[in-house]
Amino acid sequence: MDIFDFSDGREGYYGEYGGVFLPEILHATIEELLVCFRECKADPTFWQDYVTLLQNYSGRPTPVTHLENLSRKLGGAQIYVKRDDLNHTGSHKINNVMGQGLLCQRLGKRKVIAETGAGQHGFATATMAAKFGFECKIYMGAVDVARQRPNVFWMENLGAEVIAVEDGQKTLKDAVNECMRDWVTNMADTHYILGTACGPHPFPEMVSWFQSIIGLEAREQMLKQTGRLPDRVYACVGGGSNAMGIFQGFINDENVELIGSEGGGEGVGSYMHSSRLAYDDATVGVAQGYKTYFLQNEEGNMNETHSVAAGLDYIGVNPIFAHLHDQGKVRFEAATDTEVKEALKLTMRTEGLIPALESTHAFVTAIKEAPTMRKDEIILINQSGRGDKDIFTIADALDDAKWKSFIEGKADQYRREKN
Amino acid sequence: MGLQSFIAERKQSKDILVMAHVVCGYPSFEENMQELEIMAEAGVDLVELQFPFSEPSADGPLFVHANEESLKAGTTVDQCFDFMRQVSGRFPFKVLMMGYYNTAFKMGEATFVRRVKEAGGVGYILPDLPIEESANLHRLSAQADIEPIILMTPTSSDKRLAQLGSVSRGMVYVVARKGVTGSKTNMGDDVLALIERCRQHTDVPMGVGFGISSKSDLDFLRGSADIAIVGTAALKTWQQSGASGLRKFFAELMA
Repeated sequence: MDIFDFSDGREGYYGEYGGVFLPEILHATIEELLVCFRECKADPTFWQDYVTLLQNYSGRPTPVTHLENLSRKLGGAQIYVKRDDLNHTGSHKINNVMGQGLLCQRLGKRKVIAETGAGQHGFATATMAAKFGFECKIYMGAVDVARQRPNVFWMENLGAEVIAVEDGQKTLKDAVNECMRDWVTNMADTHYILGTACGPHPFPEMVSWFQSIIGLEAREQMLKQTGRLPDRVYACVGGGSNAMGIFQGFINDENVELIGSEGGGEGVGSYMHSSRLAYDDATVGVAQGYKTYFLQNEEGNMNETHSVAAGLDYIGVNPIFAHLHDQGKVRFEAATDTEVKEALKLTMRTEGLIPALESTHAFVTAIKEAPTMRKDEIILINQSGRGDKDIFTIADALDDAKWKSFIEGKADQYRREKN
Repeated sequence: MGLQSFIAERKQSKDILVMAHVVCGYPSFEENMQELEIMAEAGVDLVELQFPFSEPSADGPLFVHANEESLKAGTTVDQCFDFMRQVSGRFPFKVLMMGYYNTAFKMGEATFVRRVKEAGGVGYILPDLPIEESANLHRLSAQADIEPIILMTPTSSDKRLAQLGSVSRGMVYVVARKGVTGSKTNMGDDVLALIERCRQHTDVPMGVGFGISSKSDLDFLRGSADIAIVGTAALKTWQQSGASGLRKFFAELMA
């Protein structure tokens, strides 16, 4: 099946989800973007340029690693990991950003804006803007600015202007709103680099297309390394772009089960989580330009969300997944904050891998299920980002005493130097 | 009386009408009522009652804050409709619901139309609902005799204006400039040209909004627009100088 074939339905709709719900003032801008995207998608040289750029700049193709120690320890399925953490800037975000950068050149726009939660997408966008020579503004919730200083540091040093958003919950969704407000003003010379497969059409399709490089590579690599396709593929789901990326490689393979792992936060019934599909708390709504499942109240106002991984801490899920969930094509599970910390420690100790907290959610679900599978079965996890550069967040999550005393010492030193 | 005939009637004695705006429950319903009394005294013709939403992405900073504070204070959709009923029963101006589509979507489009009608509203403005998504809502509204207000903008092509014009009823909201609510618009020839361009595609009355804050803006629009839409400037005045300030603001605006 081709989820992006709209000939039988409405353009930009996946079942009843998706669409374009934007102020009229953006109608022409989104049309222009759609036309440009269709041209790029139809042009084989565009895709070739994109792949070449990622090969030369970001180290693609990223490898697939067999986790022999972890597989043996769990005593079930053989675990393989797609290493998108090895990309430049440390996550899959660079794929989408480089693609949209090339598209932005075709649009003839010289300014880019982007929202960011954890800072990964902002970091990747600032990197791309530096390389392409675009003026770059990153909108980031004030709460996230305060807790993600290292990424803010890099964005600013890469030449981007980082704007702390003080509205609402001061997190990712508020940064998205602020991007919309910038865009309705500056659309003539500005492209909005949306970071995930959410928002109005064509963003879900466009971001999924750029991220499909993960699945294309992974399918070929699995065939080459294991001689067959995996039985299950796991990916974490915030907005859902890395999961869309890897799942597209296997979506037409009937015997491959696709599993998305959402931010379970403090667990079922806590109302402190980011699970739109794995838990029953989300309902269908329209916000931020599209229709999907949102964590909202009965009047349609958004609820507070939570996850130990800032990159999963978001109210909505991409409309393609809302549809694939209805269709039973993708199964959704949640990983709680506590489970994530345990899985991270286990992965570090047994394999020497440091997945980002976001990606660790996929590990949690895979680690739970691997022991229930046969030893000759194969599972593939998308390690969408690496954790070593998020040392502040991870040290916090692991409540590391030695790290804390190091930071106290650093703070004392800065204070002394100031006085 | 429907919106369009109400506007026509009022226009017999005035050359430009005024539409004002309050965010329900901000600073409080009591203060909303005081603001509306002042607006009615001044002779305001139409009022938008904004139902607060958690993601008001088409609004500028002042209204964003107002939406947020209102929700924090516990404002509900029920309260907004109750308030709308009181307001439409009490004042001579006509009342429109303004808000975001999710508010209507969550209660169901049929329920939304029925509740606006029952509360005495003559129409609604949902800035994030494009006409491509409005067919059912427009049909229900026509049956109930309330008006969906279409927005026309400076970035709309003639082809787009023709599409928008073909489904416009009651009045059209002409967005005077790019951007969100609340910043100043330089009233110039481009605004007049935009209104002229919009007129070619619809016969319904034309309200102009975004950045209108003074008598000189009104004077500029006189003879060109039918309705001047004033939002942020009034709320700013209320915050800075309360009832006396707002009274003076509307007296000067509409002098």
